[in-house]
Amino acid sequence: MTDTPTTQGDQIDLDQVWQSSDIQALLDKLNEELIGLVPVKTRIREIAAMLLVARLREQHQMSTDRPTLHMSFTGRPGTGKTTVAMRMAKILHSLGYVRKGHLVVASRDDLVGQYVGHTAPKTKEILKKAIGGVLFIDEAYYLYRPENERDYGQEAIEMLLTAMENQRDDFVVILAGYKERMDTFFQSNPGFHSRIAHHVHFPDYSLDELVQIAELMVRQQMYAFDDDSRTAFREYLEQRVQQPHFANARSVRNALDRIKLRQANRLIRAGGSIVTSDLARIDVEDVRASRVFRGGAAAETSA
Amino acid sequence: MRITQGTFSYLPDFTDEQIQAQIQYCLNNNWPIAIEYTDDPHPRNVYWDMYGLPMFDIKDAVAIMQTLSECKATFPQHYIRISGYDRSLGRATTALQFLVQRPDDEPGFYLDRQEVSDRQVRYTIRSHSVTRPRG
Repeated sequence: MTDTPTTQGDQIDLDQVWQSSDIQALLDKLNEELIGLVPVKTRIREIAAMLLVARLREQHQMSTDRPTLHMSFTGRPGTGKTTVAMRMAKILHSLGYVRKGHLVVASRDDLVGQYVGHTAPKTKEILKKAIGGVLFIDEAYYLYRPENERDYGQEAIEMLLTAMENQRDDFVVILAGYKERMDTFFQSNPGFHSRIAHHVHFPDYSLDELVQIAELMVRQQMYAFDDDSRTAFREYLEQRVQQPHFANARSVRNALDRIKLRQANRLIRAGGSIVTSDLARIDVEDVRASRVFRGGAAAETSA
Repeated sequence: MRITQGTFSYLPDFTDEQIQAQIQYCLNNNWPIAIEYTDDPHPRNVYWDMYGLPMFDIKDAVAIMQTLSECKATFPQHYIRISGYDRSLGRATTALQFLVQRPDDEPGFYLDRQEVSDRQVRYTIRSHSVTRPRG
């Protein structure tokens, strides 16, 4: 342990260290629960590896600055940013970079006040809650409203920046939002850009991935597609993707909710006696009844 | 005269690490923390002033320590105490309360004797810090 970094030093069994920290378990869970998102998963694995090595270096008295951990997650709605942020909090906690590992979700409303002097206490309150955990700011670009120069968002931004710098040991900030708007946000607030070490982009899901997600959700909720309804749902997704307001996994979930509603209605209307498996089976008719098949693009805006 | 009230008051004053550990203990038990201050340490004075609002939804003691140091800076010569409130059903009471700051000079109390009829004596305790306020 007393070796200087220039000598060979002790043997460190990296495999063992990796296994003994529960990162692997957390990453596996991430893999299992989140379909697709390969670039994100690779990135998270890289970050985890970097943090682990930094920890090891610290244990062996090599100089390490505490790595900057603030991140930005960009991607369209429903691509799993919040879910990944939650996992990230757990990973950071298991590596000892945050003390508690909870996630505080905040948006503009939680940070910015409505009159002079209202912003600072509000922001402070949220920052206080986030200490020891991860502060997740959804749609961070709403904080900055250049069109209104008296907007109080700037005040919140300044407080955030100070806290991100001075309380680096206490909490980690994750900013999330659409890619393009985040880019303009960072351009107009260079302070944020330089304080954020990891920019992770969440790509849209492919059709196959969406189908897999649906399968997973259906399984988790103890329903089941039969062969016809599975094909029908695939066709549903093909059309839905083309339509406006498509929000990836969230739209899938909403579609499934509506399908469940129709399934329940169909069962009740039919009446009579059923077998238990009927309670779980989603019929092709439940899927086909969707307005999407009737070209009702605008009708399905709730997704 | 050194005031003893609340938990731990017969122990030497806590260091910041010890205070933080106690606060963390409260938070781990899900007891929201409140910081209170007063200049009147009379044992019957239960109405101390609260510094800010009770702090709900806080997981880490560092956040409370920040507020505590603000409070100490604002009231350097007051008594300050920390209370952890247990809101669980059937308890609903202060679960832990201890002093975290006392003034440098604690003037103590005056015992007032009042002679009443039939040679009875009635006693009143007054805190000097109130009867002879600083400055």
